[in-house]
Amino acid sequence: MSGGKEIKGKISSIKNTQKITKAMQMVAASKMKKAQGRMSAARPYAKMIKNVVSHLASAHPEYKHPFLIERENVKRAGLIIISTDRGLCGGLNTNLFKQSLKKINEWNKDSVEVDVCAIGSKAEKFFKRLDVNLVAQVSHLGDSPEINDVIGSIKIMLDNFVDGNIDELYLAENKFINTMLQEPGTIQLLPTKANKEEELSHHWDYIYEPDSKSVIDNLLIRYIESLVYQGIVENVACEMAARMVAMKSASENASDLIDELQLIYNKARQASITQELSEIVAGAAAV
Amino acid sequence: MSIMHLDIVSAEEEIFSGNVKNIVAAAIMGEVGIYPKHTPMITPLKPGEIKIITEEDEEQLYFVSGGVLEVQPNIVTILADTAIRGEDLDEAKAAESKKRAEEALADKSDNIDAAKALAELAQAAAQLKMIESLRKNIK
Repeated sequence: MSGGKEIKGKISSIKNTQKITKAMQMVAASKMKKAQGRMSAARPYAKMIKNVVSHLASAHPEYKHPFLIERENVKRAGLIIISTDRGLCGGLNTNLFKQSLKKINEWNKDSVEVDVCAIGSKAEKFFKRLDVNLVAQVSHLGDSPEINDVIGSIKIMLDNFVDGNIDELYLAENKFINTMLQEPGTIQLLPTKANKEEELSHHWDYIYEPDSKSVIDNLLIRYIESLVYQGIVENVACEMAARMVAMKSASENASDLIDELQLIYNKARQASITQELSEIVAGAAAV
Repeated sequence: MSIMHLDIVSAEEEIFSGNVKNIVAAAIMGEVGIYPKHTPMITPLKPGEIKIITEEDEEQLYFVSGGVLEVQPNIVTILADTAIRGEDLDEAKAAESKKRAEEALADKSDNIDAAKALAELAQAAAQLKMIESLRKNIK
């Protein structure tokens, strides 16, 4: 009998793995629900602040903020990349990194240098290995990220922009389309393109208290932060969805493997019984 | 008495949405009271209470740790901060994030581990492939 016991051992070890992947799948499914809830909870703020910013843009304020001014030649770009902290979530991070790398290569071709801000430990590890300028990093935000945790990293990028170290700022993030589909994408944060088409029929302006400059400064920083925060919350939902799908297919693969091994085990057992029988019969015939 | 629509939202959740008669908020220049048909105004808020009187003459209190108040004649939006903000605090957070990035770059040990693990993984994958092809040949 060729390794009946070994096959049995293998089956039980695969069964254990399957238990883990099944548990992970269920945990991811319930976390995904919560993450989706947070995603929709964060949406009103993003919508409102966008409204206010576009009001500002159409209200013709006397002060033009640097975030709103396009720069002609771009020498250096900033890229904020949102990744997960943990792995085992399919190709979610890999796809995003591939896309970001393509973008970085394109920039390098045009001799535009890149500053990277990594959110999530996977992005940190990935870009550490590459020859890129990592200027800010934040990770271990957990399943319910708070805007408090990312203010610092965003401030570095915004300060760089104001100081003229970078001329454009982009955000690379995963878009949650549905449970089965997450798409990596890059959006431009700065100079911001708050919709300017919305022209009002009459000219009006706000009363700014204390003055337009400080109000607009304040608001635009929050606007960028809310975009990044929205991206982070969305990324958690993407992570959970991707993990759920990856673990589901892992569990299915495990059952396939178990079925196959069970068949091999049965054959081996049958073979050993046949052999024993024929030995007994042969032995009896010899007596 | 006329009413206006008020939304209080923070980056993390929607706090209030509905029709109100009056709003009292702690703006940066001092307390402001807003009634419907107020002229458009925009101002930062100090950490403090927001007192509203709803359509049903019910008084409600909310606390915000700062934010922005935007007033349009019939729509008022309060963008509340959940984080406690301040120039120094933000600066400290930025410095911390930068430090982490520098540490991450300086820490090469993890790098080597990752490279080693990758090499081992490639080896294991190759072995697995070989075993599989052998198995097929036997069948």
